[in-house]
Amino acid sequence: MSFVWPWQYSFPPFFTLQPNGETRQKQLSAWCALALAYSQQHRLPAMTVREAQDIPLFANHRLQRKLPLESIQVVLEELRKNGNLEWLDKNKTSFLIMWKRPEEWGKLIYQWVSKNGLTNSVFTLYELVSGDDTENEEFHGLDEATLLRALQALQQEHKAEIITLDDGRGVKFF
Amino acid sequence: MDRFSWTTGLLELGETLVVQQRGVRLSDGEEKVKFDSGVLLLSTHRLIWRDQKNHECCIAVPLSQIVFIEEQAAGIGKSAKIVVHLHPASSNKEPGPFQSSKYSYIKLSFKEHGQIEFYRRLSEEITQRRWESMPTGQAMQVNKDSQAGRIRAVGIVGIERKLEEKRKETDKNISEAFEDLSKLMEKAKEMVELSKSIANKIKEKQGDITEDETIRFKSYLLSMGIANPVTRETYGSGTEYHMQLAKQLAGILQTPLEEQGGIMSLTEVYCLVNRARGLELLSPEDLVNACKMLEPLKLPLRLRIFDSGVMVIELQSHNEEEMVAAALETVSEKGSLTADEFAKLVGMSVLLAKERLLLAEKMGHLCRDDSVEGLRFYPNLFLTQS
Repeated sequence: MSFVWPWQYSFPPFFTLQPNGETRQKQLSAWCALALAYSQQHRLPAMTVREAQDIPLFANHRLQRKLPLESIQVVLEELRKNGNLEWLDKNKTSFLIMWKRPEEWGKLIYQWVSKNGLTNSVFTLYELVSGDDTENEEFHGLDEATLLRALQALQQEHKAEIITLDDGRGVKFF
Repeated sequence: MDRFSWTTGLLELGETLVVQQRGVRLSDGEEKVKFDSGVLLLSTHRLIWRDQKNHECCIAVPLSQIVFIEEQAAGIGKSAKIVVHLHPASSNKEPGPFQSSKYSYIKLSFKEHGQIEFYRRLSEEITQRRWESMPTGQAMQVNKDSQAGRIRAVGIVGIERKLEEKRKETDKNISEAFEDLSKLMEKAKEMVELSKSIANKIKEKQGDITEDETIRFKSYLLSMGIANPVTRETYGSGTEYHMQLAKQLAGILQTPLEEQGGIMSLTEVYCLVNRARGLELLSPEDLVNACKMLEPLKLPLRLRIFDSGVMVIELQSHNEEEMVAAALETVSEKGSLTADEFAKLVGMSVLLAKERLLLAEKMGHLCRDDSVEGLRFYPNLFLTQS
């Protein structure tokens, strides 16, 4: 399935941070939506801000427009505020876009767990995302970093507990 | 100090004042004398000292009595000084405060500074010896043969003397020409003193500022072009002059404004108005102040200041917001426009074109594309689409 760019991506002003407040809000919403869709489609891994400047998301070569560095940072901050981005270091150089928020992942996982009557069971992390049983689930193939955050979110809600097993980590659902 | 003579302090015919300095103390050699606080005046012929408190007490010594002078730098607690070495007093000297003195030099203490300038001037006068070529009414001490009277033009010597005479004349003219400047500097010094004293009084809350001082202060300010420093130049309290000017402007600018689409930048107005006036040009300040009065006086024009700081005059009937709607149409037709392109299309100055586009952006009708290719404006699809 090839990625479908939104109309804004071909609109040159999209790559200039708008001074008008109302306009900027609309622009940033569009950027966030695009970033999430793109990161989902392309399974964007964690990256640095400098690397981000050159990915097709922020650099439209056909249009000859790139979102400038400061504006990229504004977009990233907006994503973070919405819960869709996490900074991986104190200096805010590397980040991870979570096109679904950890809480949303947690909910999906828990739904599957309860639907199949698997509460009170223990799973390894591997089983959860790479096991045969979850092949058709959205969270199948989820990267470990995001999975852990999802499980932490569930832990906060007392629906799960992350435990240490012999050969790695696992989780118990309640 | 026995070289000094009593004097009225009035300058003689042919004698000109070079520089003066307040707060000077005289000393006879190393000894202090009662001439503690006075104004020291340097003329082309003499050094005059007048007591600041008692103006009747005035003494002078001819410059021709001076052998040489030295500077003594200021120290801690000590003012800067000039040491003046003098010839012995001549026998027919006019009576003065001292009959005799064991010193052949005097010291001038500059308690209120000013010695650098004074030293410079005094050196000049001693070098130039203008008193020799400008004989005065008073019987002056002359220690050298001087050629009083006509220069006899005989032979080479005559030619040389003529040249010398010409040189002295030129020198004199130059000094006189700069006299104004010196006078201005004196005035400035006085002003500074006055403002210092007022400041001090205010600080120490010591007595009222005398009416005399207030009048002096105001006259100084007036001569510098500050009409009335007390009123604030706000909309409401403009001066009469600005109000009249505003009415005049309304008359002059009506037609040009209509021709230019109802709006002109203030710089264009400035050029237009001053060109029309020819003489008695307006200062930019006066123009702005007059324009600020346009709206309060309910004249058919008004001053408008955009966010960027650009100032324009527009007709009351002119509605920039409506023009923005028209601008949007123009931009939409062409897809996108820069300020330059827009200006050319509509036939207005680039400055005003840009202001209009910026206003349209502020109102949300347009958005911008800022790249290496320049600044372009597009219809604001962010708000209209999706």
